[in-house]
Amino acid sequence: MGGFKLRRSLLYVPGNMPSMLQNIPIFQCDGVIIDLEDAVPLSEKDAARVLVRNFLQGYQDRNKEILVRINPLDSKWGLADLQEVLPAFPDGIRLPKADTQEIVERLDTLLTEFEEELGVEIGRFKILPSIESAQGVINCIRIARSSTRVFALAFGAEDYTASLEIERTKSGEELFAARTRVIWAARAAGIQAIDSIFADAADMDGLRKETQLIKTLGFTGKSLVNPRQIEVVHDVFAPKQEEIDYALQVVEAIQRAREMGTGVIALHGRMVDAPVVKRAVRVLKTAQAHGMVDIDLDDEVIYGQE
Amino acid sequence: MVKNSLGRWIPESFLGKPLIPYNDPFSLQPDSRHASRALRRVNPQDDKLLPTLREAIQACDLRDGMTIATHHHLRNGDALLELVVKEIDALGLRDIRIASSSVHPVHASLIPYIHKGVITVLECGVNGPIGQQISTGELQCPVVVRTHGGRARAIISGQVQVDAAFIAAPTCDCYGNMNGYFGPSACGSLGYAHTDALYAKKVVAVTDNLVPYPAAPIAIPQTLIDYVVPVQTLGNPQKIVSTTTRITTDPVGLQIARNASLVIEASGLLDHGFAFQTGSGGISLAVADQVKRLMRQRQIKGSFGCGGITGYFVDMLEEGLFEALMDVQCFDIRAVESIGRNRNHLEISADMYANPFNAGAVVNRLDCVILGATEVDINYNVNVNTESTGYLLHNTGGHSDTAAGAKLAIIVAPSMRGRLPIIRNEVTTVTTPGDTVDVIVTERGIAVHDRHPELQKELARRQAPLKDIHQLHKEILATTGKPRPLEFTDNVVGLIEYRDGSIIDVVRQIKE
Repeated sequence: MGGFKLRRSLLYVPGNMPSMLQNIPIFQCDGVIIDLEDAVPLSEKDAARVLVRNFLQGYQDRNKEILVRINPLDSKWGLADLQEVLPAFPDGIRLPKADTQEIVERLDTLLTEFEEELGVEIGRFKILPSIESAQGVINCIRIARSSTRVFALAFGAEDYTASLEIERTKSGEELFAARTRVIWAARAAGIQAIDSIFADAADMDGLRKETQLIKTLGFTGKSLVNPRQIEVVHDVFAPKQEEIDYALQVVEAIQRAREMGTGVIALHGRMVDAPVVKRAVRVLKTAQAHGMVDIDLDDEVIYGQE
Repeated sequence: MVKNSLGRWIPESFLGKPLIPYNDPFSLQPDSRHASRALRRVNPQDDKLLPTLREAIQACDLRDGMTIATHHHLRNGDALLELVVKEIDALGLRDIRIASSSVHPVHASLIPYIHKGVITVLECGVNGPIGQQISTGELQCPVVVRTHGGRARAIISGQVQVDAAFIAAPTCDCYGNMNGYFGPSACGSLGYAHTDALYAKKVVAVTDNLVPYPAAPIAIPQTLIDYVVPVQTLGNPQKIVSTTTRITTDPVGLQIARNASLVIEASGLLDHGFAFQTGSGGISLAVADQVKRLMRQRQIKGSFGCGGITGYFVDMLEEGLFEALMDVQCFDIRAVESIGRNRNHLEISADMYANPFNAGAVVNRLDCVILGATEVDINYNVNVNTESTGYLLHNTGGHSDTAAGAKLAIIVAPSMRGRLPIIRNEVTTVTTPGDTVDVIVTERGIAVHDRHPELQKELARRQAPLKDIHQLHKEILATTGKPRPLEFTDNVVGLIEYRDGSIIDVVRQIKE
């Protein structure tokens, strides 16, 4: 499916709490970020790592993407976090304070070393850099292209506003420029953009508003602090029935085109070509995840034979 | 000892009466007539009003070895049962049986009277400490646990003869007309008391809100009431009804609720005329909330909401999502207010609600019921009476009745509690047979009984987390490990009576 992966909802789970770790398989989020950083007090850094490794080793039927947020690489825990959890094969690492391209490149090198040591394919471990400071926002264009492991940029509004010494508001005007830049950087590099958390787990209306806003801006998903937020975010990201109907027509049209040996065809007088198909496929994949359509998309038919 | 069809060992008799082992949920036929009581005559000059409970007990001619009953609509706020027992003790009576509709933790105050021999048998299920002490052998008092429908059946058939019923009446006049809608101890429906009023040899209305004749509306009429006793208070209003019953905020509970509503949606039952029951637990209410949303979305007009009624069902009635509510018991203050003002919020008796031996109970008309469990097993048997500790802690309520009646009985339960797995090879105690349980919903997956292949197929098509019960069981054990089995002595301390009167299981004393 052209590497398309739904990441509407990435749920933070504290790495030091067994009762919450054991529930990871049951939630409907697209991914989880098991946190070894801010959620874990200094006295529990060691224990949390072991707990997370043991949990991941026992979690054989992976039904969602698993990222681990390690401590910053320049802290005394970052490297040990990697050593402990990578042998249990998370899908990737969420890198905090990814302020520069060099920091991401350093992680890239480390991951390559671990992959060699573990004897797995190079590039297996992905990277999700957190853009969470003024410096990070300025550098995010290069960060997005710093490694092929980077599948998305994650914006972190809490640390970002702290770095600017300003308050984070629920309406989020103060975040507008930074969010937009992160989206540009990600989209220009052909990767996804994940928005910040919404901290008030009791305010579902506020969460809905913010999610609508960031979807409109171009974010593909959001980090979450509470499982109850998943439903609202998925609801906002669910495609509308008209969008689905149109996407189905597009796919049908392009399949007809392929049969005729061309990559372009007209639908209701409008040209259907690669970008239109790509958007339609994204809509249908999302719709499928929402259980709104039940179709089998054949890559070859859609993208043509190589 | 004989084995019933679920493989449970049942003694041949208990309390001197022969027992019928459970065989299946529907085929046992009644073999008796309605119980009867003597006719009575009250003349114009006769006064029903008595100044004290003691005089009422004497007027009922209560003797050693007789049976009394109260209803449990005042739940954990009830003061009446203890007041009655205290007077019985003061009168020197012994060997009394209690056949109330339920006993709550507040009634731990009866324990000294059990030790003293005032009370020697509980012809009713128990919630809380009494049951726990009976399980450990600390307290000697045989228990017969019945379903709500089963209790009505036992009284109507004469299996249990109530010599004197003491009915807490939140609003009552001097001639015994009563309702539960108003007054300081308002509890709403008096559904469990109707059968007592009709069949007890003597019926005493006890009220803390004596109103001028006639009390209106009339839920239980004067023609059934022998005496009326005013008291200072019937109980603690704060504990009679909850001010609010709330949807759970626990993400695991919400996940279970979401899975349950997937099942309801896929079942095809959610259509015009839909009849639905849930309990008042946080997960049940979350399911009700999802169902409400679906009904609204699809503009479905349901038939009725049933059972213990909460504000959520009241909202659905008022929004026009149901034609009526069939209310045997109100769970919260909004339900109490509603039953007092809305003519489509109907008070029904336990007999009408759930008795298997009448010309058709309301539970038979249910499409779907959401029920809880302390444990379930791989044969879909459900335990609600004992916990995995072996303690008898909960009454059955309408569990087995609604499971038998509804087209789709859905059990919702977390896959583990603390460190204990909730799905077992075998439940500690069978309350409700797997023959009547259709779906088990946990946060880790949905197990659908093989008698519903269409539902299995539909859920799979909808990409619901459908799992074979054995697979689900294995998955849970992978996290919890396998708990060491409990050990029991041979001493049978209680019976779990199925709704038709056959014995589905027994409670044995824990080996300590």
